[in-house]
Amino acid sequence: MANGILASFEYLDSICDAIEELRKAGHRDLTAYSSYPEHHLEHALGYGQSPVRVWTLVGGLTGTATGFAFTSWTSMDWPLITGGKPILSIPAYVVIAFELTILFGALSTVIGLFINSRLPNPVPPVVYDPEFSAGRYGLYVESNDMDAVRKILQKYEPEELREGAHA
Amino acid sequence: MSDTATLTEAQRRGALTHPDVEAHGEVNRDILKMLSTPGKGWWALFGICIAGVGLFFTSWGVQIYKGIGVSGLTSPVGWGAYITTFVFWVGIAHSGTLISAILFLFRAPWRQSVYRAAEAMTVFAVMTAGLFPLIHVGRVWHAYWLIPYPNQRYLWPNFRSPLVWDVFAVTTYFTVSAVFFYLGMIPDVAAARDAATGLRKKLYSVVAMGWRGTDRQWHHFGKAYIFLAALATPLVLSVHSVVSWDFAVGIVPGWHATVFAPYFVAGAIFSGVAMVVTIVVPLRKIFGLEAYLTTKHFDALAKLVMLTSMIVFWAYLTEFFMAWYSGEPPERQMFWNRLFGHYWWATWIMLICNGMVPIMLWFKRVRHSIPAFFTITIFINIGMWFERYVIIVTSLSHEYEPFAWGVYRPSIIEMGILVGSFCWFGFWFLLFTRLLPPVAIAELKEVIPPKLRSKKSGGTSAEAAPAPAGD
Repeated sequence: MANGILASFEYLDSICDAIEELRKAGHRDLTAYSSYPEHHLEHALGYGQSPVRVWTLVGGLTGTATGFAFTSWTSMDWPLITGGKPILSIPAYVVIAFELTILFGALSTVIGLFINSRLPNPVPPVVYDPEFSAGRYGLYVESNDMDAVRKILQKYEPEELREGAHA
Repeated sequence: MSDTATLTEAQRRGALTHPDVEAHGEVNRDILKMLSTPGKGWWALFGICIAGVGLFFTSWGVQIYKGIGVSGLTSPVGWGAYITTFVFWVGIAHSGTLISAILFLFRAPWRQSVYRAAEAMTVFAVMTAGLFPLIHVGRVWHAYWLIPYPNQRYLWPNFRSPLVWDVFAVTTYFTVSAVFFYLGMIPDVAAARDAATGLRKKLYSVVAMGWRGTDRQWHHFGKAYIFLAALATPLVLSVHSVVSWDFAVGIVPGWHATVFAPYFVAGAIFSGVAMVVTIVVPLRKIFGLEAYLTTKHFDALAKLVMLTSMIVFWAYLTEFFMAWYSGEPPERQMFWNRLFGHYWWATWIMLICNGMVPIMLWFKRVRHSIPAFFTITIFINIGMWFERYVIIVTSLSHEYEPFAWGVYRPSIIEMGILVGSFCWFGFWFLLFTRLLPPVAIAELKEVIPPKLRSKKSGGTSAEAAPAPAGD
């Protein structure tokens, strides 16, 4: 269990600058909290591409394949000519394949999101402040050198500093 | 921020500032107070809806008990008010996805205030629409035959049939729009959880699934949301196209036209946007959301109505022209019959409500008058129901052989189910406004400039932007 410190900020530029400096000082265990998607925070933390996109692609392609395979297989399973159409009426099956592409793609995106962002997460976190879902920004830093972290954080005038530990 | 790289900071943040709302905390306060004790108006509406839901299930119960004969459906008109209402509700659903997904991809900044309500409308409208094929099949206990499942007789649905496509399209649409709706709501439910106490807190904790708004969660959430929007966009276009093919693939005069798919999609968005306004105007009044739903929003919605109204009216004219130009006597007869035959009144309601009445929106004064716009949307809702009625009933009642012509009249049971379906929809929507944040909190905050220490006033300036290195 590492030690950590939770700072809550009123101003966006304060938390972004604090993150920059902490990262420069070699601290990598940072968690930022915000009440809305803030690209500046993601940027300050240096995020790359999200792997969720792979989930979407693979899910979508699986759906396409399933759509064509399922319609073709069921038609061949009992080859009954209806409406004078060929047993394998590919143009008609495009509609089913299309819908399953979307369905599988969407569901697999959600699964990818849940796995990557660790949801659902039934364990209440030790460090959290309900203010983070209202308007404040939060920054949780895990480190062995607490004094150095505290010093950096205090430079950016946080509203509150609290020690805590992730369970 | 690769996905917003083409927008300047001022455009992204300041394209629509809410002058009355300055701090992010205020959004939570204003939106979450909607979830507190309901007023008299809400209870009155809820009571009406409960009564209507009773009417709905009583009427359906009578039909299940006595058989489909209690409806007006008989030869030659086998599709009547049920299928009309099915298409109507699927169409209503479409603008929700348009506003939540398509306008999200286009980064239309005015969508934030209305999109949650529009998305809820989508989910509940598809829920309502989905009941109608079940009501229409009569023997509802056999409805599971629509689903392909392994059975002893090796029987599978006919995948060449548009009706089976429709099963796939509508169930996919319901699943994806419900997932999209739920996902978008998670951060806002987390905000509600943090502000709530007691039983509500427990409920919201379960629904929010432990969302804390960490950078990791937002990062993946943002990507997943974009991809879901990108998947929902072609989906919404496909669903109403497939619904239109239920008709267009048949060789019935008045149905067998290639224009049907785009015509139906435009009509769906037209009717749906009108319904969004019909719903949002009372919502704004009841909950005092004037700061979040301004004339700008209604102006943008009105322009969408104007555009789709023109497309729909153009499609009507194309249909009439093509019927004449084809030289086919049954087609020509059909369209003459629509205008001057037994159902002339329904056709003229359709033409006037959808083509003529929205012309008033060309005047800025009308667009900016909320009572006027609201009234126009009621006309459009009525006109769009009649559009589907005209397409379905006039064509079936007047096919090729004169000896098979007939007249259809909806029975009292069908009327009860139609009226009840609005109450069923309203029932869910009213519950939603009380239990879940009906306006997207997190997305509203995105258009409010963040507080900056470098501009300590709190920052109402549109140019306000922090400048972390590497931005």
